[in-house]
Amino acid sequence: MSSQDSSDQDLKKTPLYDAHVAAGARMVPFAGYSMPVQYKDGVLKEHLWTREHTGLFDVSHMGQARIRGENPAKSFEKVVSADYQGLKAGKQRYGVLLNADGGIVDDLMTARPDEDGLFVVVNGACKDNDYAIIARELAGEASVTRLEDCALLALQGPEAAAVLAAHVPEAAQMVFMDARALSAFGVDAIISRSGYTGEDGYEISVPADAAERVWNTLLADERVKPIGLGARDSLRLEAGLPLYGHDLDETVSPIEAGLNFAVGKSRREAGDYLGAARIGKELAGELSRVRVNLKVLEGAPAREGAEIADEAGNVIGKVTSGGFAPSLGVPIAIGFAPPAYAAVGTKLKVIVRGKPAAAEVVASPFVPNRYVRKL
Amino acid sequence: MRFTKDHEWVIVEGDVATVGITAYAAEQLGDVVFVETPEAGKVVKQGEGLAVVESVKAASDVYAPVSGEVIEGNGELAGAPETVNALPESGGWFAKIKLANPAEVDALMDRDAYEAFLGTL
Repeated sequence: MSSQDSSDQDLKKTPLYDAHVAAGARMVPFAGYSMPVQYKDGVLKEHLWTREHTGLFDVSHMGQARIRGENPAKSFEKVVSADYQGLKAGKQRYGVLLNADGGIVDDLMTARPDEDGLFVVVNGACKDNDYAIIARELAGEASVTRLEDCALLALQGPEAAAVLAAHVPEAAQMVFMDARALSAFGVDAIISRSGYTGEDGYEISVPADAAERVWNTLLADERVKPIGLGARDSLRLEAGLPLYGHDLDETVSPIEAGLNFAVGKSRREAGDYLGAARIGKELAGELSRVRVNLKVLEGAPAREGAEIADEAGNVIGKVTSGGFAPSLGVPIAIGFAPPAYAAVGTKLKVIVRGKPAAAEVVASPFVPNRYVRKL
Repeated sequence: MRFTKDHEWVIVEGDVATVGITAYAAEQLGDVVFVETPEAGKVVKQGEGLAVVESVKAASDVYAPVSGEVIEGNGELAGAPETVNALPESGGWFAKIKLANPAEVDALMDRDAYEAFLGTL
Protein backbone atom coordinates (compact mmCIF):
# COMPACT_ATOMS: atom_id res chain seq x y z
CA MET A 1 0.00 0.00 0.00
CA SER A 2 1.23 3.49 -0.73
CA SER A 3 1.45 6.01 2.05
CA GLN A 4 1.77 9.77 1.94
CA ASP A 5 3.46 10.76 5.14
CA SER A 6 5.18 14.09 5.13
CA SER A 7 7.38 15.91 7.53
CA ASP A 8 5.74 18.40 9.85
CA GLN A 9 8.78 20.62 9.98
CA ASP A 10 8.08 24.31 9.46
CA LEU A 11 4.36 23.81 9.96
CA LYS A 12 2.53 26.43 11.98
CA LYS A 13 0.32 25.46 14.89
CA THR A 14 -3.06 26.90 15.74
CA PRO A 15 -3.82 27.83 19.37
CA LEU A 16 -5.70 24.51 19.57
CA TYR A 17 -2.84 22.25 18.47
CA ASP A 18 -2.27 20.76 21.93
CA ALA A 19 -6.01 20.15 22.38
CA HIS A 20 -6.13 18.23 19.09
CA VAL A 21 -3.17 16.03 19.97
CA ALA A 22 -4.63 15.36 23.44
CA ALA A 23 -7.92 14.31 21.79
CA GLY A 24 -6.12 11.73 19.66
CA ALA A 25 -6.26 13.64 16.38
CA ARG A 26 -4.29 12.53 13.36
CA MET A 27 -2.43 15.69 12.37
CA VAL A 28 -1.61 16.46 8.74
CA PRO A 29 -0.03 19.41 6.92
CA PHE A 30 -2.72 21.73 5.56
CA ALA A 31 -2.35 25.31 4.33
CA GLY A 32 1.02 25.53 6.10
CA TYR A 33 -0.41 24.37 9.42
CA SER A 34 -0.43 21.08 11.27
CA MET A 35 -4.18 20.37 11.35
CA PRO A 36 -6.41 17.52 12.56
CA VAL A 37 -7.69 15.48 9.60
CA GLN A 38 -9.68 13.22 11.92
CA TYR A 39 -10.02 12.19 15.55
CA LYS A 40 -10.50 8.67 16.92
CA ASP A 41 -13.96 8.05 15.44
CA GLY A 42 -12.79 8.55 11.85
CA VAL A 43 -14.11 10.62 8.96
CA LEU A 44 -17.32 8.65 8.33
CA LYS A 45 -18.60 8.79 11.91
CA GLU A 46 -17.49 12.41 12.35
CA HIS A 47 -19.37 13.38 9.20
CA LEU A 48 -22.59 11.66 10.29
CA TRP A 49 -22.29 13.04 13.83
CA THR A 50 -22.20 16.58 12.44
CA ARG A 51 -25.31 15.93 10.33
CA GLU A 52 -27.19 14.42 13.30
CA HIS A 53 -25.82 16.36 16.25
CA THR A 54 -23.08 19.01 16.29
CA GLY A 55 -19.45 19.11 15.26
CA LEU A 56 -16.75 21.50 16.48
CA PHE A 57 -14.05 22.43 13.96
CA ASP A 58 -10.80 24.33 14.41
CA VAL A 59 -10.52 26.64 11.40
CA SER A 60 -7.91 28.94 12.90
CA HIS A 61 -5.69 28.38 9.85
CA MET A 62 -7.99 30.72 7.96
CA GLY A 63 -7.07 34.37 7.72
CA GLN A 64 -8.98 36.94 9.76
CA ALA A 65 -8.51 40.64 9.13
CA ARG A 66 -10.03 44.07 9.59
CA ILE A 67 -10.40 46.51 6.70
CA ARG A 68 -10.54 50.06 8.03
CA GLY A 69 -10.74 53.43 6.34
CA GLU A 70 -12.91 56.37 5.33
CA ASN A 71 -15.33 54.17 3.41
CA PRO A 72 -13.80 50.69 3.72
CA ALA A 73 -16.66 48.97 1.88
CA LYS A 74 -16.25 51.24 -1.13
CA SER A 75 -12.51 50.66 -1.23
CA PHE A 76 -12.92 46.91 -0.77
CA GLU A 77 -15.39 46.70 -3.64
CA LYS A 78 -12.56 47.56 -6.05
CA VAL A 79 -11.22 44.03 -5.70
CA VAL A 80 -14.19 42.03 -4.48
CA SER A 81 -17.35 41.33 -6.43
CA ALA A 82 -20.02 41.52 -3.76
CA ASP A 83 -22.02 44.56 -2.74
CA TYR A 84 -20.42 45.63 0.53
CA GLN A 85 -21.63 49.23 0.58
CA GLY A 86 -25.10 47.73 0.79
CA LEU A 87 -24.11 45.32 3.57
CA LYS A 88 -26.13 46.17 6.65
CA ALA A 89 -24.62 46.34 10.12
CA GLY A 90 -24.79 42.93 11.76
CA LYS A 91 -24.68 41.04 8.46
CA GLN A 92 -22.12 38.98 6.55
CA ARG A 93 -21.84 38.35 2.82
CA TYR A 94 -19.93 35.92 0.58
CA GLY A 95 -17.75 37.39 -2.16
CA VAL A 96 -14.84 36.61 -4.41
CA LEU A 97 -11.53 38.43 -4.79
CA LEU A 98 -11.00 38.84 -8.54
CA ASN A 99 -8.07 39.22 -10.89
CA ALA A 100 -8.11 41.48 -13.97
CA ASP A 101 -9.37 38.59 -16.12
CA GLY A 102 -12.35 37.91 -13.88
CA GLY A 103 -10.73 34.81 -12.37
CA ILE A 104 -11.10 34.06 -8.69
CA VAL A 105 -8.06 34.84 -6.53
CA ASP A 106 -9.91 33.66 -3.40
CA ASP A 107 -13.40 33.41 -1.98
CA LEU A 108 -14.09 35.11 1.29
CA MET A 109 -16.66 36.11 3.89
CA THR A 110 -16.97 39.75 4.84
CA ALA A 111 -18.98 41.01 7.80
CA ARG A 112 -19.91 44.29 9.40
CA PRO A 113 -20.12 43.05 12.98
CA ASP A 114 -19.61 46.48 14.57
CA GLU A 115 -18.46 50.02 13.74
CA ASP A 116 -14.83 48.96 13.33
CA GLY A 117 -14.78 48.68 9.54
CA LEU A 118 -15.16 45.30 7.89
CA PHE A 119 -14.24 41.87 9.27
CA VAL A 120 -12.90 39.55 6.57
CA VAL A 121 -12.24 35.79 6.67
CA VAL A 122 -10.14 34.31 3.85
CA ASN A 123 -8.74 30.88 3.01
CA GLY A 124 -5.63 29.87 4.93
CA ALA A 125 -3.59 28.86 1.89
CA CYS A 126 -4.39 32.16 0.13
CA LYS A 127 -4.13 34.65 2.94
CA ASP A 128 -0.67 36.15 2.32
CA ASN A 129 -1.45 36.74 -1.35
CA ASP A 130 -4.93 38.08 -0.56
CA TYR A 131 -3.69 40.59 2.00
CA ALA A 132 -0.94 41.78 -0.35
CA ILE A 133 -3.46 42.37 -3.16
CA ILE A 134 -6.02 44.03 -0.92
CA ALA A 135 -3.42 46.26 0.73
CA ARG A 136 -2.04 47.28 -2.68
CA GLU A 137 -5.44 48.09 -4.14
CA LEU A 138 -6.60 49.94 -1.04
CA ALA A 139 -3.37 51.90 -0.51
CA GLY A 140 -4.14 55.44 0.64
CA GLU A 141 -7.83 54.66 1.18
CA ALA A 142 -8.07 51.80 3.63
CA SER A 143 -5.84 49.53 5.69
CA VAL A 144 -5.73 45.78 6.18
CA THR A 145 -4.92 44.59 9.67
CA ARG A 146 -4.43 40.89 10.20
CA LEU A 147 -5.92 39.49 13.37
CA GLU A 148 -2.99 37.15 13.98
CA ASP A 149 -3.85 36.65 17.59
CA CYS A 150 -7.30 35.17 17.04
CA ALA A 151 -8.59 31.65 16.73
CA LEU A 152 -11.63 30.64 14.68
CA LEU A 153 -13.95 27.82 15.71
CA ALA A 154 -16.90 26.48 13.73
CA LEU A 155 -19.81 24.88 15.56
CA GLN A 156 -21.97 23.09 13.01
CA GLY A 157 -25.01 20.87 13.12
CA PRO A 158 -28.71 20.72 13.98
CA GLU A 159 -28.01 21.11 17.71
CA ALA A 160 -25.50 23.97 17.30
CA ALA A 161 -28.00 26.73 18.13
CA ALA A 162 -29.12 25.06 21.36
CA VAL A 163 -25.52 24.33 22.36
CA LEU A 164 -24.27 27.86 21.79
CA ALA A 165 -27.34 29.54 23.30
CA ALA A 166 -26.50 27.89 26.63
CA HIS A 167 -23.34 30.03 26.72
CA VAL A 168 -24.23 32.95 24.46
CA PRO A 169 -27.99 33.67 24.64
CA GLU A 170 -27.76 36.33 21.89
CA ALA A 171 -26.68 33.65 19.40
CA ALA A 172 -30.19 32.20 19.39
CA GLN A 173 -31.53 35.52 18.09
CA MET A 174 -29.30 35.49 15.01
CA VAL A 175 -30.28 34.10 11.59
CA PHE A 176 -28.18 32.80 8.69
CA MET A 177 -25.47 35.30 7.69
CA ASP A 178 -25.92 37.49 10.76
CA ALA A 179 -22.61 38.55 12.29
CA ARG A 180 -22.12 40.26 15.63
CA ALA A 181 -19.32 41.48 17.82
CA LEU A 182 -20.31 40.52 21.33
CA SER A 183 -19.02 39.43 24.67
CA ALA A 184 -19.02 35.65 24.83
CA PHE A 185 -17.20 33.17 27.07
CA GLY A 186 -15.85 36.18 28.98
CA VAL A 187 -13.98 37.63 25.98
CA ASP A 188 -14.65 39.87 22.98
CA ALA A 189 -15.83 37.59 20.19
CA ILE A 190 -17.18 37.89 16.68
CA ILE A 191 -19.89 35.35 15.99
CA SER A 192 -21.58 34.73 12.66
CA ARG A 193 -24.38 32.27 11.98
CA SER A 194 -22.76 30.56 9.01
CA GLY A 195 -20.44 27.74 8.17
CA TYR A 196 -19.24 25.37 5.55
CA THR A 197 -21.18 22.17 6.09
CA GLY A 198 -24.70 22.97 4.88
CA GLU A 199 -25.84 22.70 8.50
CA ASP A 200 -27.10 25.44 10.74
CA GLY A 201 -24.19 26.66 12.83
CA TYR A 202 -21.78 29.38 13.82
CA GLU A 203 -18.25 30.59 13.28
CA ILE A 204 -16.73 31.99 16.44
CA SER A 205 -13.66 34.23 16.47
CA VAL A 206 -12.01 34.55 19.87
CA PRO A 207 -8.62 35.72 21.16
CA ALA A 208 -6.01 32.98 20.83
CA ASP A 209 -5.41 32.77 24.56
CA ALA A 210 -9.10 31.95 25.15
CA ALA A 211 -9.37 29.41 22.33
CA GLU A 212 -8.65 26.23 24.26
CA ARG A 213 -11.01 27.22 27.07
CA VAL A 214 -13.84 27.96 24.60
CA TRP A 215 -13.09 24.73 22.69
CA ASN A 216 -13.25 22.65 25.90
CA THR A 217 -16.37 24.47 27.13
CA LEU A 218 -18.23 23.60 23.92
CA LEU A 219 -16.93 20.02 23.94
CA ALA A 220 -18.18 19.54 27.49
CA ASP A 221 -21.66 19.39 25.96
CA GLU A 222 -22.36 15.77 25.05
CA ARG A 223 -24.02 16.86 21.80
CA VAL A 224 -20.67 18.16 20.53
CA LYS A 225 -17.67 16.23 19.18
CA PRO A 226 -14.46 17.54 17.61
CA ILE A 227 -14.47 17.03 13.84
CA GLY A 228 -11.44 17.03 11.53
CA LEU A 229 -10.72 18.39 8.09
CA GLY A 230 -11.60 15.06 6.45
CA ALA A 231 -15.24 15.33 7.41
CA ARG A 232 -15.20 19.07 6.82
CA ASP A 233 -14.37 18.31 3.19
CA SER A 234 -17.01 15.61 2.73
CA LEU A 235 -19.62 17.80 4.43
CA ARG A 236 -18.89 20.80 2.22
CA LEU A 237 -18.91 18.60 -0.86
CA GLU A 238 -22.38 17.27 0.03
CA ALA A 239 -23.46 20.87 0.64
CA GLY A 240 -22.37 21.70 -2.92
CA LEU A 241 -19.93 24.34 -1.70
CA PRO A 242 -16.94 24.87 -4.01
CA LEU A 243 -13.47 24.78 -2.50
CA TYR A 244 -10.73 27.22 -3.41
CA GLY A 245 -7.69 25.58 -5.01
CA HIS A 246 -9.87 22.75 -6.28
CA ASP A 247 -13.19 23.94 -7.75
CA LEU A 248 -12.14 27.58 -7.81
CA ASP A 249 -8.90 29.08 -9.07
CA GLU A 250 -7.55 32.08 -10.96
CA THR A 251 -8.86 30.75 -14.31
CA VAL A 252 -12.42 30.18 -13.07
CA SER A 253 -14.88 33.06 -12.96
CA PRO A 254 -17.64 33.29 -10.36
CA ILE A 255 -20.24 32.90 -13.12
CA GLU A 256 -18.66 29.69 -14.42
CA ALA A 257 -18.60 28.44 -10.84
CA GLY A 258 -22.30 29.16 -10.38
CA LEU A 259 -21.55 31.89 -7.86
CA ASN A 260 -23.60 34.58 -9.62
CA PHE A 261 -24.93 35.68 -6.23
CA ALA A 262 -21.38 36.71 -5.29
CA VAL A 263 -21.54 39.48 -7.90
CA GLY A 264 -23.91 42.04 -6.37
CA LYS A 265 -26.72 43.57 -8.42
CA SER A 266 -25.40 47.10 -7.90
CA ARG A 267 -21.96 45.88 -8.97
CA ARG A 268 -23.28 44.35 -12.20
CA GLU A 269 -24.94 47.63 -13.11
CA ALA A 270 -21.82 49.67 -12.33
CA GLY A 271 -19.37 47.17 -13.88
CA ASP A 272 -16.73 48.77 -11.66
CA TYR A 273 -14.75 45.73 -10.57
CA LEU A 274 -11.77 43.79 -11.89
CA GLY A 275 -12.71 41.40 -14.66
CA ALA A 276 -16.05 43.12 -15.27
CA ALA A 277 -15.71 42.71 -19.06
CA ARG A 278 -15.57 38.93 -18.93
CA ILE A 279 -18.08 38.59 -16.14
CA GLY A 280 -20.55 40.87 -17.95
CA LYS A 281 -20.36 38.69 -21.07
CA GLU A 282 -20.79 35.54 -19.04
CA LEU A 283 -23.78 36.96 -17.21
CA ALA A 284 -25.29 37.60 -20.65
CA GLY A 285 -24.89 33.90 -21.44
CA GLU A 286 -21.50 33.66 -23.17
CA LEU A 287 -20.10 30.72 -21.24
CA SER A 288 -17.93 27.84 -22.41
CA ARG A 289 -18.03 25.86 -19.18
CA VAL A 290 -20.04 25.79 -16.00
CA ARG A 291 -19.93 23.96 -12.71
CA VAL A 292 -21.87 20.71 -12.61
CA ASN A 293 -22.73 18.53 -9.65
CA LEU A 294 -22.54 14.82 -10.39
CA LYS A 295 -23.85 11.76 -8.67
CA VAL A 296 -21.70 8.76 -9.63
CA LEU A 297 -24.05 5.84 -10.23
CA GLU A 298 -21.53 2.97 -10.26
CA GLY A 299 -18.06 2.10 -9.15
CA ALA A 300 -15.36 4.09 -7.43
CA PRO A 301 -15.46 7.70 -6.28
CA ALA A 302 -14.41 10.11 -9.06
CA ARG A 303 -11.70 12.27 -7.50
CA GLU A 304 -10.21 15.59 -8.53
CA GLY A 305 -8.69 15.25 -12.03
CA ALA A 306 -11.00 12.49 -13.29
CA GLU A 307 -12.34 13.23 -16.78
CA ILE A 308 -16.01 13.81 -17.47
CA ALA A 309 -17.33 12.38 -20.76
CA ASP A 310 -20.62 12.40 -22.61
CA GLU A 311 -22.55 9.17 -23.03
CA ALA A 312 -20.61 8.36 -26.20
CA GLY A 313 -17.32 8.66 -24.30
CA ASN A 314 -16.14 12.05 -25.65
CA VAL A 315 -14.27 13.93 -22.92
CA ILE A 316 -16.09 17.19 -22.18
CA GLY A 317 -14.73 18.27 -18.81
CA LYS A 318 -13.02 17.45 -15.57
CA VAL A 319 -13.86 16.68 -11.96
CA THR A 320 -12.48 19.36 -9.62
CA SER A 321 -13.42 17.66 -6.37
CA GLY A 322 -15.11 14.42 -5.58
CA GLY A 323 -15.40 11.68 -3.08
CA PHE A 324 -17.77 9.48 -1.18
CA ALA A 325 -20.84 11.16 0.31
CA PRO A 326 -21.39 9.56 3.73
CA SER A 327 -24.94 10.93 4.08
CA LEU A 328 -25.97 9.57 0.68
CA GLY A 329 -23.90 6.38 0.57
CA VAL A 330 -22.71 7.06 -2.99
CA PRO A 331 -19.82 8.90 -4.63
CA ILE A 332 -20.46 12.50 -5.67
CA ALA A 333 -18.38 15.07 -7.52
CA ILE A 334 -18.15 18.68 -8.56
CA GLY A 335 -16.70 19.42 -11.99
CA PHE A 336 -16.86 21.66 -15.03
CA ALA A 337 -18.51 20.94 -18.39
CA PRO A 338 -20.00 22.94 -21.31
CA PRO A 339 -23.43 24.44 -20.51
CA ALA A 340 -25.12 22.02 -22.94
CA TYR A 341 -24.35 19.22 -20.48
CA ALA A 342 -25.26 21.03 -17.30
CA ALA A 343 -29.02 20.45 -17.09
CA VAL A 344 -30.15 18.40 -14.10
CA GLY A 345 -30.78 14.83 -15.23
CA THR A 346 -28.13 14.84 -18.00
CA LYS A 347 -26.49 11.41 -18.26
CA LEU A 348 -22.69 11.60 -18.31
CA LYS A 349 -19.69 9.39 -17.60
CA VAL A 350 -16.79 9.86 -15.23
CA ILE A 351 -13.54 8.15 -16.15
CA VAL A 352 -11.81 6.68 -13.11
CA ARG A 353 -8.53 4.83 -13.70
CA GLY A 354 -9.40 4.46 -17.36
CA LYS A 355 -12.86 3.03 -16.77
CA PRO A 356 -15.97 5.02 -17.71
CA ALA A 357 -18.70 4.88 -15.08
CA ALA A 358 -22.26 6.21 -15.29
CA ALA A 359 -22.96 9.57 -13.66
CA GLU A 360 -25.82 12.02 -13.67
CA VAL A 361 -26.05 15.78 -13.26
CA VAL A 362 -27.97 16.56 -10.08
CA ALA A 363 -29.10 19.75 -8.38
CA SER A 364 -26.97 21.59 -5.83
CA PRO A 365 -26.77 21.05 -2.92
CA PHE A 366 -26.49 17.26 -2.90
CA VAL A 367 -27.81 17.22 0.68
CA PRO A 368 -30.42 19.92 1.47
CA ASN A 369 -28.99 22.66 3.65
CA ARG A 370 -30.50 23.53 7.00
CA TYR A 371 -29.62 27.19 7.34
CA VAL A 372 -31.95 29.07 9.67
CA ARG A 373 -33.12 32.06 7.64
CA LYS A 374 -36.02 33.11 9.86
CA LEU A 375 -36.68 32.70 13.56
CA MET B 1 1.90 -14.68 7.41
CA ARG B 2 4.52 -12.49 5.70
CA PHE B 3 4.57 -8.72 5.28
CA THR B 4 5.87 -5.99 2.99
CA LYS B 5 7.09 -2.50 3.85
CA ASP B 6 4.06 -1.23 1.92
CA HIS B 7 1.82 -2.92 4.53
CA GLU B 8 0.54 -5.82 2.47
CA TRP B 9 0.35 -9.34 3.95
CA VAL B 10 0.60 -12.74 2.32
CA ILE B 11 -0.52 -16.20 3.47
CA VAL B 12 0.71 -19.11 1.34
CA GLU B 13 -1.17 -22.39 1.00
CA GLY B 14 0.40 -24.74 -1.54
CA ASP B 15 1.38 -22.52 -4.47
CA VAL B 16 -1.35 -19.92 -3.84
CA ALA B 17 -0.81 -16.69 -1.92
CA THR B 18 -3.76 -14.86 -0.36
CA VAL B 19 -3.03 -11.13 -0.19
CA GLY B 20 -4.44 -8.27 1.87
CA ILE B 21 -3.43 -5.11 3.73
CA THR B 22 -2.39 -5.09 7.37
CA ALA B 23 -4.43 -3.91 10.34
CA TYR B 24 -2.00 -1.00 10.61
CA ALA B 25 -2.66 0.00 7.00
CA ALA B 26 -6.42 -0.31 7.41
CA GLU B 27 -6.28 1.88 10.50
CA GLN B 28 -4.14 4.49 8.74
CA LEU B 29 -6.48 4.50 5.77
CA GLY B 30 -9.58 5.09 7.84
CA ASP B 31 -13.07 4.14 6.71
CA VAL B 32 -12.85 2.15 3.49
CA VAL B 33 -15.75 2.98 1.15
CA PHE B 34 -14.71 1.30 -2.09
CA VAL B 35 -12.38 -1.51 -3.12
CA GLU B 36 -11.34 -2.42 -6.64
CA THR B 37 -10.02 -6.01 -6.68
CA PRO B 38 -8.35 -7.67 -9.68
CA GLU B 39 -10.06 -10.21 -11.90
CA ALA B 40 -8.90 -13.79 -12.31
CA GLY B 41 -6.34 -14.11 -15.09
CA LYS B 42 -4.55 -10.84 -14.40
CA VAL B 43 -0.80 -11.41 -14.31
CA VAL B 44 1.13 -9.24 -11.87
CA LYS B 45 4.76 -8.68 -11.02
CA GLN B 46 5.93 -8.06 -7.48
CA GLY B 47 5.51 -4.35 -6.71
CA GLU B 48 2.94 -3.67 -9.42
CA GLY B 49 -0.51 -2.27 -8.71
CA LEU B 50 -2.85 -5.08 -7.70
CA ALA B 51 -5.91 -3.37 -6.24
CA VAL B 52 -7.19 0.06 -5.25
CA VAL B 53 -8.67 0.86 -1.88
CA GLU B 54 -10.54 4.09 -1.30
CA SER B 55 -11.33 5.81 1.97
CA VAL B 56 -13.75 8.72 2.24
CA LYS B 57 -10.90 11.03 1.40
CA ALA B 58 -8.38 9.29 -0.83
CA ALA B 59 -7.56 6.43 -3.16
CA SER B 60 -4.53 4.25 -2.38
CA ASP B 61 -2.85 1.60 -4.48
CA VAL B 62 -2.28 -1.89 -3.12
CA TYR B 63 0.84 -3.43 -4.65
CA ALA B 64 1.32 -7.09 -5.46
CA PRO B 65 3.62 -8.50 -2.74
CA VAL B 66 4.42 -11.46 -5.01
CA SER B 67 4.48 -12.19 -8.74
CA GLY B 68 2.03 -14.53 -10.40
CA GLU B 69 -1.41 -14.94 -11.88
CA VAL B 70 -4.51 -13.81 -9.99
CA ILE B 71 -6.82 -16.79 -9.63
CA GLU B 72 -9.49 -14.98 -7.63
CA GLY B 73 -10.35 -11.44 -6.52
CA ASN B 74 -12.42 -10.97 -3.36
CA GLY B 75 -15.75 -10.05 -4.95
CA GLU B 76 -17.38 -9.73 -1.52
CA LEU B 77 -15.55 -6.44 -0.94
CA ALA B 78 -17.52 -4.67 -3.68
CA GLY B 79 -20.66 -4.89 -1.60
CA ALA B 80 -18.98 -4.68 1.80
CA PRO B 81 -15.83 -2.52 1.58
CA GLU B 82 -15.98 -1.96 5.36
CA THR B 83 -14.77 -5.56 5.75
CA VAL B 84 -11.25 -4.20 5.10
CA ASN B 85 -11.51 -2.20 8.34
CA ALA B 86 -13.34 -4.88 10.32
CA LEU B 87 -11.27 -7.92 9.27
CA PRO B 88 -8.15 -6.57 7.55
CA GLU B 89 -6.07 -9.71 8.03
CA SER B 90 -8.75 -12.31 7.24
CA GLY B 91 -12.10 -11.61 5.50
CA GLY B 92 -10.79 -8.37 4.03
CA TRP B 93 -8.34 -10.13 1.70
CA PHE B 94 -8.00 -8.70 -1.82
CA ALA B 95 -6.79 -11.49 -4.12
CA LYS B 96 -5.40 -15.00 -4.42
CA ILE B 97 -2.28 -15.20 -6.58
CA LYS B 98 -0.75 -18.38 -8.04
CA LEU B 99 2.93 -17.92 -7.18
CA ALA B 100 5.35 -17.53 -10.07
CA ASN B 101 8.37 -17.38 -7.78
CA PRO B 102 7.92 -18.80 -4.26
CA ALA B 103 11.33 -17.44 -3.23
CA GLU B 104 9.77 -13.94 -3.22
CA VAL B 105 7.70 -14.96 -0.19
CA ASP B 106 10.77 -16.04 1.78
CA ALA B 107 12.28 -12.61 1.33
CA LEU B 108 9.28 -10.86 2.95
CA MET B 109 9.22 -9.94 6.65
CA ASP B 110 7.78 -12.21 9.31
CA ARG B 111 5.44 -10.80 12.00
CA ASP B 112 8.25 -9.87 14.40
CA ALA B 113 10.23 -8.09 11.69
CA TYR B 114 7.10 -6.25 10.52
CA GLU B 115 6.24 -5.15 14.08
CA ALA B 116 9.80 -3.91 14.47
CA PHE B 117 9.47 -2.05 11.15
CA LEU B 118 6.24 -0.39 12.35
CA GLY B 119 8.15 0.78 15.39
CA THR B 120 10.46 2.79 13.14
CA LEU B 121 7.61 4.68 11.41
